Amino acid sequence: MRHGKYPLIVTFLVPPLLLYGIFVISPYLQAFQISTTDWLGYSAEADPVGLANFERLLDDGRVWNALKNNAWLLAVVPVLTIGLGLFFATMLAMGGRKGRAGVTGVRGTSVYRMVYFFPQVLSVVIIALLWREVYHPNSGLLNGALGAVGLPTPTWLGDPRTAFWCVLAVMVWSNVGFYVVLFGAAMSAIPRDIYEAVMLDGASRWTTLRKVTIPLLWDTVQVAWIYLAIAALDGFILIQQMTNGGPNFSSDVIGLRMYETAFGSENRFGYASAIGVVLFFLTLSVAVLALRAARRDRIEYS
Amino acid sequence: MTILDKPASGGTAAGDRSAPEVRKLRRETGGANVFSHGFLVFWGALTVLPLLWMFLSSFKSDGEILSDPWGLPGALRFENWARAWTEAHIGQYFLNSAIVVAGSLSLTMLLGATAAYVFARYEFPGRQICYYLFVGGMMFPVFLALVPLFFVVRNAGLFGTWTGLMLVYAAYSLPFTVFFLTAFFRTLPTAVAEAALMDGCGHFRLFFRVMLPMARPGLISIAIFNFLSHWNQFILPQVLMQGDDSKWVLAQGLAALAVSQGYQGDYSGLFAGLTIATLPVLVVYIAFQRQIQAGLTAGQLK
Repeated sequence: MRHGKYPLIVTFLVPPLLLYGIFVISPYLQAFQISTTDWLGYSAEADPVGLANFERLLDDGRVWNALKNNAWLLAVVPVLTIGLGLFFATMLAMGGRKGRAGVTGVRGTSVYRMVYFFPQVLSVVIIALLWREVYHPNSGLLNGALGAVGLPTPTWLGDPRTAFWCVLAVMVWSNVGFYVVLFGAAMSAIPRDIYEAVMLDGASRWTTLRKVTIPLLWDTVQVAWIYLAIAALDGFILIQQMTNGGPNFSSDVIGLRMYETAFGSENRFGYASAIGVVLFFLTLSVAVLALRAARRDRIEYS
Repeated sequence: MTILDKPASGGTAAGDRSAPEVRKLRRETGGANVFSHGFLVFWGALTVLPLLWMFLSSFKSDGEILSDPWGLPGALRFENWARAWTEAHIGQYFLNSAIVVAGSLSLTMLLGATAAYVFARYEFPGRQICYYLFVGGMMFPVFLALVPLFFVVRNAGLFGTWTGLMLVYAAYSLPFTVFFLTAFFRTLPTAVAEAALMDGCGHFRLFFRVMLPMARPGLISIAIFNFLSHWNQFILPQVLMQGDDSKWVLAQGLAALAVSQGYQGDYSGLFAGLTIATLPVLVVYIAFQRQIQAGLTAGQLK
């Protein structure tokens, strides 16, 4: 029955493999090699320097500073986003307890879901530029409101103490809606009678959330964690468009550091690739750690 | 008669307990709904306000934007839109983005579907290795590949061309597309395929006439996902499409508009540009919100 399958396998598999090999696999492999050279991009020579780039990384204060900011993003963004996502998803899925009929969603659930999801379909560049204007010290939406009620109006993105946290807030803002919908979809797969049973047992909303919903959603939360952690290690577009790492490197991240090193004024491609390799291993270890930490026994409903 | 067995309730007789219980429950429901709606409305406002502000500001004069951020526009100044469309070339960039995404999306879907079909349905030596090679690409940060990719594209003579962008977008979308569609093709019933082969249907016709139509829901999901990610690409065009600004895509054009707005103080033009870029995507999203939400979350839940 399976005769003549090889022509199909070859025609179907060779074009994608070629494309993928040329534009994805080969650049990644080259990156590791370039990271051990002192290549300055457009010049022809690239001398192997062994691990010198990586040694220099250890003493590079700006790289450490950028890594510190990524560490903050990694610690704060997933927790806030997943927390808010679970909170709103729970409200939407079971905010209304209709007498004894059990647990139902609040009215207008689909409208809320639609609105919360807006930032997800917008380009990150649009989000960055829009929020840059919202934070504008004089003509921004935020200070317009603060000034109107007589509160002090900070410079937000212009102040080294606040710039980084302002960008972090936008990162959370733009992600929450997606996780509300994601957790909502996962919650709708949980059988209703479980909730009716715990409600009859007199469990409070908080207990229900902690003891029933979250354990049953654990797989999805784990996926969310990994996605958000990878996003937190990047953060490049928001930072570049909102603050460009400033003021005074206070909001720098490792992705921007790499971009500036490679495509900024110097074209230090060898060094930039070394930063990229570090980023690669960081991403990999975060993903592996997240998978390990979040591993639990899988719960089957039926 | 069911009696809610709350631990807190005192030692009253069961008979006269039910009426106040019901009233108490109803009151709790009302209070909780105000509570949940409060938070839900707050987050909804937080999501919508910046977007609404952007839309309204696109009709304001620069003076109105600077002096009164919360005020309504004095008149509907469509000339802002016209200026962004022609002078800032947002219309041109919009068209460019559409062309690039149409090409890259078709390529991704064709190559992704064929590769996934082979992985899901055929046994051949080296299948596992090829599959994991593809899927492993999901884990790599794109930053690591950036520097060598720049040279791979340039050496292929594709630097600054739409063809180059289309090929690169497609190559970088393949890992998730193949991963998603392989899982999807595996869920399709084998009996249909075997019956078709029995009836003398060739392997190619089997794919195009039987399997592809059956896989439509999965194809639509992943197409939506890829459309949004291609449309919102920023870092790849920024690196691979430097120079000739007549070929820029929308995200680049907006970033450039934000820079020139900084020099000229043309705030209304920036808001108009952002609005033009946002509205079509938002309208399409609102029209197809269910499919889009389902499509984007389906991949993560697998």
